[in-house]
Amino acid sequence: MNWQDTLIQVLIILGQSLALLVALLVFIAFILLADRKIWAAVQLRRGPNVVGPFGLFQSFADLLKFVFKEPTIPAGANKAIFLLAPLVTCVLALAAWAVVPLAKGWVIADLNVGVLYIFAISSLGVYGIIMGGWASNSKYPFLAALRSAAQMVSYEVSIGFVIITVLMCAGSLNLSAIVEAQNGRFGFLNWYVLPLLPMFVIFFISALAETNRPPFDLVEAESELVAGFMTEYGSTPYLLFMLGEYVAIMTMCAMATILFLGGWLSPLPFPPFTWVPGLVWFVIKLCFMFFLFAMAKAMVPRYRYDQLMRLGWKVFLPISLVAVVVVASVLHFTGMAPR
Amino acid sequence: MNVAAAFFYLFAFVLVASAFMVISSRNPVQSVLFLILAFVNAAGLFILIGAEFLALILVVVYVGAVAVLFLFVVMMLDVDFVELRQGFLQYLPVGLVVGLIFLAELVLVAGAWVAGPGVASAVASAPPTAGDVGNVQAIGRVLYTDYIYFFQAAGFVLLVAMIGAIVLTLRHKVNVKRQNVSAQVARTAKSAMDVVKVRPGQGL
Repeated sequence: MNWQDTLIQVLIILGQSLALLVALLVFIAFILLADRKIWAAVQLRRGPNVVGPFGLFQSFADLLKFVFKEPTIPAGANKAIFLLAPLVTCVLALAAWAVVPLAKGWVIADLNVGVLYIFAISSLGVYGIIMGGWASNSKYPFLAALRSAAQMVSYEVSIGFVIITVLMCAGSLNLSAIVEAQNGRFGFLNWYVLPLLPMFVIFFISALAETNRPPFDLVEAESELVAGFMTEYGSTPYLLFMLGEYVAIMTMCAMATILFLGGWLSPLPFPPFTWVPGLVWFVIKLCFMFFLFAMAKAMVPRYRYDQLMRLGWKVFLPISLVAVVVVASVLHFTGMAPR
Repeated sequence: MNVAAAFFYLFAFVLVASAFMVISSRNPVQSVLFLILAFVNAAGLFILIGAEFLALILVVVYVGAVAVLFLFVVMMLDVDFVELRQGFLQYLPVGLVVGLIFLAELVLVAGAWVAGPGVASAVASAPPTAGDVGNVQAIGRVLYTDYIYFFQAAGFVLLVAMIGAIVLTLRHKVNVKRQNVSAQVARTAKSAMDVVKVRPGQGL
């Protein structure tokens, strides 16, 4: 391969990444609005409704406001780490999307170990919070950083075991292969969400904890910690934290879609439904998962910290450990294990 | 120069530089952050030699869990850096002597190193063709099929160590009030309330 071919390949990948990035960020802008609208609807409010029709441009107005404000850095802060933390959060969250298959063959990097890649990247997300909390040199951000470190490490364990049960059923760590393994004659009955329903529930709750969403948002519990690790942040660095948080939420929704809801597959495997492009099904499932996230935020009160730890270590960990053994035994002794 | 070589030199340079910064950085938190950078670059080197499973496991286990706990502990240290540096010259000779002895021992060991009889043939025999067996399958076959008993034994050693740590630190305090979640959940209106009809003038 000569250097022109290499250059063209690099340019193609750059173009694809840029297209995905722009599409993802615009999608996130409306997801943010949807989050606020759903929350408002549950509380019988209108939510944002001033900027544009139905408040559709609210997120873009917020973006401009954040960007045009002056960034302030506290005098006692560790300047380099203080500014690095939001970048780490945002870049890591976006990097996970490199392996997410949006439709059949629509993936930037078709890694053999895609699941592991997303798992690794999402386990690094805690660094943005710890660095931000420590570098602020202020007591509430610091407490929030300590909380988040313990919380995110705890729930990663049960997410890991849930992923293992899915991997055993699919027989591959490639995300596209996992989706294809759920493709069958019975449409949505072939998806892993039905046979592995308890695992799906554990995954969903752990994903809430892993992304610091309510009811597990102890990292930014405003009644105790002002605004948690972002107390000292404003302007663009704050915007990057918020963006990183929502991108991480969408990554978790995409993971749930791919692992349990059959990714881009149509729920009913006959013509009028299979004509719909896979991307549309994927986005619909993504929105459905996000709706669950938003409703959990609107309806459930915040957990107490010791109860959060108890749930992670004493409830989810044993259940998911036993589930790994049970699923492995069932697959082995009924001969359903993939070759 | 091809792309892989360029990336190798990039990862290797950043790895060595950040490893140096780990020991020379003034602030322990910065040291840990440089250690994390070193881990990530080591993972990059693993990917370059085609061991992507090992690379990602390195990131998940060391960066995602172990280094978080490091950082967790180091962040809470209240170190006075001026005081820490005062004894530096005093301890330097001792440190140098220990370092030199260690270096000499390493040189002696490495100089007398003889490869085992089977190694040459094992290296010469071609590795399983790529595409035929993936990374994950190959490691799984070695760990869970060929050496399952050793693997189980290693697991037991770790389990015993864990139980030992728990036994050493477990203390039952008498006066601590604990939450009994199952008892709380099992409570109903019937078991929690007692409706008593009180006759006037009699009391309970």
